[in-house]
Amino acid sequence: MIEASNVSKSFGDHLVLDGISVKFETGKCNLIIGQSGSGKTVLMKCLVGLYEIDNGRVMYDDRIFSRMSFDEMKVIRQELGMLFQGGALFDSMTVEENIVFPLSMFTNQSPEEKRERANFCLSKVNLENVNKLRPAEISGGMKKRVAIARAIAMNPKYLFCDEPNSGLDPHTANVIDNLISELTKEYNMTTVINTHDMNSVIEIGDKISYIYKGKLWWEGNKDTILESDNPELNEFVFATELTRKLKQK
Amino acid sequence: MISGFLFHIGRYILLIRQVFKRPEKQSIYFRQILIEIENLGLDSLAIVAFVSVFMGAVLCIQMAFNMDTPLIPLYTIGFATRQSVVLEFSPTIISLILAGKVGSRISSEIGTMRVTEQIDALEIMGINPTTYLIFPKIVASMFINPILIMLSMILAVAGGWLAGSLTGLVPSSEYVYGIKAFFEVYDIYYALIKSVVFAFLIVSISGYHGFYTKGGALEVGAASTKGVVHSTMAIIVFNLILTKLLLA
Ligand SMILES: Nc1ncnc2c1ncn2[C@@H]1O[C@H](COP(=O)(O)OP(=O)(O)O)[C@@H](O)[C@H]1O
Ligand SMILES: [Mg+2]
Repeated sequence: MIEASNVSKSFGDHLVLDGISVKFETGKCNLIIGQSGSGKTVLMKCLVGLYEIDNGRVMYDDRIFSRMSFDEMKVIRQELGMLFQGGALFDSMTVEENIVFPLSMFTNQSPEEKRERANFCLSKVNLENVNKLRPAEISGGMKKRVAIARAIAMNPKYLFCDEPNSGLDPHTANVIDNLISELTKEYNMTTVINTHDMNSVIEIGDKISYIYKGKLWWEGNKDTILESDNPELNEFVFATELTRKLKQK
Repeated sequence: MISGFLFHIGRYILLIRQVFKRPEKQSIYFRQILIEIENLGLDSLAIVAFVSVFMGAVLCIQMAFNMDTPLIPLYTIGFATRQSVVLEFSPTIISLILAGKVGSRISSEIGTMRVTEQIDALEIMGINPTTYLIFPKIVASMFINPILIMLSMILAVAGGWLAGSLTGLVPSSEYVYGIKAFFEVYDIYYALIKSVVFAFLIVSISGYHGFYTKGGALEVGAASTKGVVHSTMAIIVFNLILTKLLLA
């Protein structure tokens, strides 16, 4: 479980997160939803320590992450994987080198063991025979999948995904969502996903936290989100004709 | 303006302290250093050679025209060409050229990694991104640049010889006698010390600008320009300081 308590973050005098308290549960896809610019990425980067929080506390199970030094954070960071919005694959490395990079850095595995692990992770995201390609040579959807493969290479307990299906066609987006959901269940990970895509919300939202104006505005899951009478949430959820039709049913 | 300058200096010093933190896994760093020697050093061989031969030739011809009097022996042309090359031309001018070539490469490489979140990806894995990205480049440059500079000296002096002989301004024997005359090994040390310091400045300053890039492709371009301009300025200032310290 990951728990944020009263987390605040501002840039200059722009308050982006205003005292957010939220729990992310183990074995579930925990979704953070909100409009573009609402602070989802900032919240996620605060959770993983890429941004220092101004106030509050972040806990990983029983460990207080937000007070740790870089070296102390390392222990937890080897237990977490993150999928960045653009994939953030290392351009200078091949697909396989990308996936085994954390293994090379932190384990003493032999080249054969690493290759085996890379192939295993690639098979988990339904890719094969792409080991020697560079990120520039593969499609957007494949990049996302390779990035997921890299994120799970170290068998993480915690998985973070920043808009995993932005910029993808609806079908590929759906494949990626389900992949993340399956991996979460299979490895009992604590998965946190940023999204503004209602499809993902209804597909995989085991737990949903809606961020509005820097505050945690609503919490629920994929079943309760369509029933809510919270006006700001409804404005977000029923922004398109498609979701409005869903409500009428 | 002044507070902006102080801000950059402060943040630069903090970054450099981070860069020299204990690396995670030494074998990986060793491999990175070899890769960077190729990227930053061997890839610059052609331009260094090209510029050196031509500059040496020009230096020799200019010396010959300036010393167009029977009172000065002809070998002085060889001597003066060598001195200019060793003391100033190779260490400083070649370093300035490397600041343009290597500096822009480093800022844009690291800047792109910043704006595409590759640096965040490193940090998330528990890897210190400053050490991983900048340290191997600094070591590689401080090792390879002095070698490039030595090579430049040899090629520039050879370029002078070629120009002197082909134009008939200096007979080969006089030139060769000149380049061997009054030779002080200290001059070579002086040039190498300079090139090591300049290598550090180029990599650390352009690395700094790359590392703190914010935004997108446009800002990567701006960071690359800043990396080149600021490392060029630093070389010019440190050239004066080092000349005063080492020669006076
Ligand atoms: N590094 C930063 N410096 C200053 N402002 C930032 C920074 N990162 C994000 N912001 C601001 O924080 C707000 C939330 O951004 P973000 O978390 O990226 O939104 P999103 O919900 O779309 O992921 C935006 O107004 C953005 O301008
Ligand atoms: Mg975002």
